[in-house]
Amino acid sequence: MQPVKRIILSGAMAVMLGFSLSSVAQDVTAKAVMQTYTDIAHAAFSDSLATARTLKGHIDAFVKSPAEETHQAAKDAWLAARIPYGQTEVFRFGNANVDEWEGKVNAWPLDEGLIDYVAQTYEHEDGNEFASANIISGKETIDKVLLESYHEKGGSEANVATGYHAVEFLLWGQDLNQTPESAGTRSFTDYANGNTCTNDNCDRRGQYLTAVTDLLVADLQEIVADWEGGKDNYRKAFMALEENEALRRMLFGMGSLSLGELAGERINVALLAHSQEDEHSCFSDNTHIDIAENARGIQNIFNGTYKSSDGSVVNGASLAQLVAVKNGELSKALIAKLADSQAKAGAVIKAAEAGEHFDQQIIAGNAKGNARVRAVINALRLQTGDIEAVSSALGINELNPENSDSFGG
Amino acid sequence: MNNKHLLAIVLSAYPLTLAANDVQMKQSQLLGGATTVFDKSHNAFSLPARNLGIMRRDSFFIGNAFFKQPWVSAPASTTARDGLGPLFNSNTCQGCHVKDGRGKPPTGPEDEFRSTLIRLSIPALSDADREIALKHGVVPEPMYGDQLQSSGIRGVKGEGKPSVSFTTIEGQFNDGERYTLVKPMLSFNELNYGDLHSKVMTSIRSAPAMSGLGLLEAVSEKDILQSADPSDNNNDGISGRPNRVWDIKQQKTVLGRFGWKASQPNVEQQTAAAFHGDMGLTTTLFPKPHCSPSQKICLAAENGGKPEVSSEILDTVVFYASTLGVPARRNIKDKLAQAGEQLFNIAGCSSCHLPKLKTGKVAAFPELSNQTIRPYTDLLLHDMGDGLADGRPDFLATGKEWRTSPLWGIGLVESINKHTRFLHDGRARNLMEAVLWHGGEAEQSKQAMLALNKDQRNALIAFLKSL
Repeated sequence: MQPVKRIILSGAMAVMLGFSLSSVAQDVTAKAVMQTYTDIAHAAFSDSLATARTLKGHIDAFVKSPAEETHQAAKDAWLAARIPYGQTEVFRFGNANVDEWEGKVNAWPLDEGLIDYVAQTYEHEDGNEFASANIISGKETIDKVLLESYHEKGGSEANVATGYHAVEFLLWGQDLNQTPESAGTRSFTDYANGNTCTNDNCDRRGQYLTAVTDLLVADLQEIVADWEGGKDNYRKAFMALEENEALRRMLFGMGSLSLGELAGERINVALLAHSQEDEHSCFSDNTHIDIAENARGIQNIFNGTYKSSDGSVVNGASLAQLVAVKNGELSKALIAKLADSQAKAGAVIKAAEAGEHFDQQIIAGNAKGNARVRAVINALRLQTGDIEAVSSALGINELNPENSDSFGG
Repeated sequence: MNNKHLLAIVLSAYPLTLAANDVQMKQSQLLGGATTVFDKSHNAFSLPARNLGIMRRDSFFIGNAFFKQPWVSAPASTTARDGLGPLFNSNTCQGCHVKDGRGKPPTGPEDEFRSTLIRLSIPALSDADREIALKHGVVPEPMYGDQLQSSGIRGVKGEGKPSVSFTTIEGQFNDGERYTLVKPMLSFNELNYGDLHSKVMTSIRSAPAMSGLGLLEAVSEKDILQSADPSDNNNDGISGRPNRVWDIKQQKTVLGRFGWKASQPNVEQQTAAAFHGDMGLTTTLFPKPHCSPSQKICLAAENGGKPEVSSEILDTVVFYASTLGVPARRNIKDKLAQAGEQLFNIAGCSSCHLPKLKTGKVAAFPELSNQTIRPYTDLLLHDMGDGLADGRPDFLATGKEWRTSPLWGIGLVESINKHTRFLHDGRARNLMEAVLWHGGEAEQSKQAMLALNKDQRNALIAFLKSL
């Protein structure tokens, strides 16, 4: 079994190591690749948990002493928390434990009137009787149990009461695009005490924000435990899988995130509709980062390396090496395509950082912005084609989400 | 139907042969052939066909997003997802097809119509009317059109508020156990565009489940017509007629397959018609706003582009609707369900609810091609008797005729949609009531059902719940 090192490296060295490993490709086994995969899962979810705990600290400070600075610190912590989390989404589709868990953590888009006040122009799903429930203006005691009970209440997926995007809405508020550059413009005074409180129910809003962040931390604890080594958990079950089944789960997760979820539902829908209501992080205008980190998550798995928020690196036997044994050209081609997706996402980030957020890049009439976003979609489509080819090269003919063996009678 | 024969079926006697045959059993699990998905959770109706390749999944998920997200009224500077209304029933597809499953009807006079609507028409009395009906299926109510759209965008009044109350009908099984059925009675609390035509015909329709639509379109016309027996030449009391409906793209009359009376020819036209009627959104197939000539404010309202739903977006929603997977059958090893299946077949239910069909080759959808599917429908129209009749013809379908409803997925409605209301207007409060509403061509089968003892009835329901 390939030993897995968790060592502090600079970014450049990590890249070099990635290349040097390919020289020992012959020694790579599927078991070793599975090992790396579970190590990366554990590291990325652990980072997600650590950054969520930091976020919780800042939110406690903000709710206790609402001010411009504490508010900004909480928002910055949310943005930082999204970086490792974005890289965990590649674990969703192939692994039922993550897929079933994910909805309460990262569901979107949401009918925000469920949670708090909204602008007059607010549009929600007809027939969703809780779309204007405004839990914060209500009388029910706000705690984790209450929030969980409202999640997908009445069967509507737009009823998102928990997770990152609920926290995002409570920190930023609706993005009403007062100016093209602006994200949601919620003021810290929405959490202020006494007379300075804006939009009413500041105490309950603070309770909501606290409870929902507590819940996020608790949920992340749960998923970290699933991937911890040496326990009787999902990781153990995964490592005991027949090798091709494990590889199928890995590759199905990569391909599903790459094309169906990221290129399709998260980017192309927003582009086709030219609508910020369809962008992933619409309150904070952080969608460009979501895109890049989701794509990086896919790259991590193929290259067998993950760089933590604190700069430390996990790496080990990679899928790239395993494929190289069968087809060196294909392995190199996918490495290049994954890098190209990062480059294309990088262009979207660059524009966003210059003030042209994703919601501006997708608007009708912005030909350059639209083309920049379409280039990401095309790069993701191309890499997905290679992910499918890689699966065949490894002898996995049906890249499906499930197999009937697990179903029973 | 020979009752002695039916009663002879004891639960334990069945199917040693079938039980022994694991391969066959596994096959019978695959209601949607290779599209079958093995999820039993609240998402079971919402998953892509299992055999949909990873490179084909983006269209599915893009379509899914347009199925779920609300459309907004025009003009909206920030989105192409505008053009809702002016008159509409819902602003999302998902609002009625909740979790891609079956809509829930109102259960009392105060209940709002959320995933159920009212179709309207008047009899075709003149040649001009018949000309309209040839292409439209019905003659729309002159002011309100062919369905009551209860909502309007700002400045446009919704057409009205329907209300439903129920009368009860008592009955009993042959063993003396009593049952009660409830029959909906429609009224209108509010009609904002004047009185309805004196000869108006109404029909309450709950949103059907989305499962397997692409597969049903992929069954060849020849295979469907094979089960048709319009003059009942084989004397089994069951006729089975194809509906013949207008295909807008082809500009001709073709076989109807979709809707409660099989009045739409294919998934694309069905989808475009739903965008049009239910959400007030135009497409290339229905380019004009869904307003009657007399609804001036509706006609004058701003639109969200021409068409409002671009062909690109319509295509993704059609792709989505065509490639949703069918949930696998459950509990196939359950003896009770197996006995129920046997009863279902012997009582003749399977004459119309055909257990097995084959799909043909579809160039655009290799996933749907050449599949053995178990939809439990023949896609034909049958006279279901006076009890179920809505008295509202649609193309060739008479006021008593209904298309045989597919049964795949019905066992999951309770857990996914949180109700057990069945039939076109949701009057059946559970599966047994749905069975008991059958009449007309299904009268003999219903009589056989009434003759079942309690254990056998439980077996039949266990079978239906396994689908």
